[in-house]
Amino acid sequence: MDRSDLIAQIPGMRRYARVLTGNAWAADDLVQDTLERACSKWRLWAVGSDLRAWLFTLMHNLFANDVRRALRRQPDGGTVDVDEVAHLLGAPDDATALGLDLQRCLMLLPEEQRVVLLLVCLEDMAYTDVARITGTPIGTVMSRLSRARSRLQQLLDAPAMVPDEHTANRAPNLRRLK
Amino acid sequence: MNTPTLSSLSDTELHALVDGQLSAAERVAVKARLAQDPTAQDTVAGWTQQRDRLRSLHADVLAEPIPSSLLAAAQQTVGAQLRWQQWSRLGGMAAGVVLAFGAGWLANTAWQNQGVARMAGQATPANEFVRQARFAYTVYSPEVRHPVEVAAAERDHLVQWLSKRLGKPLKVPNLAPHGFELVGGRLLPGETGARAQFMFQNAGGTRVTLYLGALGAKAATPASQETAFRFAADDDVPSFYWVDQGFGYALSGPLDRSTLMQLADTVYRQLL
Repeated sequence: MDRSDLIAQIPGMRRYARVLTGNAWAADDLVQDTLERACSKWRLWAVGSDLRAWLFTLMHNLFANDVRRALRRQPDGGTVDVDEVAHLLGAPDDATALGLDLQRCLMLLPEEQRVVLLLVCLEDMAYTDVARITGTPIGTVMSRLSRARSRLQQLLDAPAMVPDEHTANRAPNLRRLK
Repeated sequence: MNTPTLSSLSDTELHALVDGQLSAAERVAVKARLAQDPTAQDTVAGWTQQRDRLRSLHADVLAEPIPSSLLAAAQQTVGAQLRWQQWSRLGGMAAGVVLAFGAGWLANTAWQNQGVARMAGQATPANEFVRQARFAYTVYSPEVRHPVEVAAAERDHLVQWLSKRLGKPLKVPNLAPHGFELVGGRLLPGETGARAQFMFQNAGGTRVTLYLGALGAKAATPASQETAFRFAADDDVPSFYWVDQGFGYALSGPLDRSTLMQLADTVYRQLL
């Protein structure tokens, strides 16, 4: 791996993390953690193997750990840390209502479905690579992809839930109530 | 969608069409059948539109300048690798020369330790570890009636028991995507303490084992705390092995190098 190979991966990792977490700060934190992990683990990267797949595996594992940790800290029906649900409360720095809505609906998908959908659609990963990165059998990858696609379509088609400009702007007020 | 006619398209075919994961020939065939299937056409149109929308989401981030903190982190990774490569090249020289030269050249003791461990060559804890792993493979893999102490049916018990004996929470990697199912596992004595062996078998009866355990105090140098993937095939039991945080892993089995590498890669990713 040389410097330019690694740096060339960063914009794609940032964009994927941005869509995955729905939050610009969380996304760059995730990429930063991934690069630091790569720094301590790079001797385990088999030279000549797919650098991008390896980085996405590291990133996936870090993300999955974060999700598990957040779920543990969140007892059933209990309170939720504002930072952990920030992604559910709209993405106020986004331009179009359409993009807002898509991101909001994405965040309503279970993490494991969102991961598969984004690795396939955003990153053009082969299904077998997605299976390796997420450590799941190919059959599970395909069923998660199916469920993600139909669920996302349902969410996007549900007109009552589309947040208009008004509710999006009010998102900060909702934070303390959640 | 799965109407039971002969030509009905499976979800998997439709996904692969939308995601461009079909070969040219498959693509032609799927499209021909799609022309007969209005329901599937709707599905494909919906998924394609969804895919396009997703791809435009935050596409602006791709063109943004990379934040300096991320550049710095990337630089650190590359820097660590370069230092290692330079040092590895020196490893080819005579040991004494490298020791004398290396000690003066690199004030950083961590790097000295790495060099010393490399030069010790055959006698490193990792080499000893993989030797024991291959012994264990040779002894237990031909067993017909008692290949393992605890069979896969008692998987939870097996994992709990071995985790306790090895003093580290263990996971059994899932090699089913490669056609290998867990047979079971056993506890073994190693030079530096307890070791565990998990055995897997494919439909053809080929067995591979994952041998793991702490490398002990001898492995307390930074160099032997963590190593790259290495391949050992001096005799008829090829193995890939690596050390992560002082814990050794060796995957052994009579497979060709690239197949074994893929399995080792899967194991490594799942235990990461």
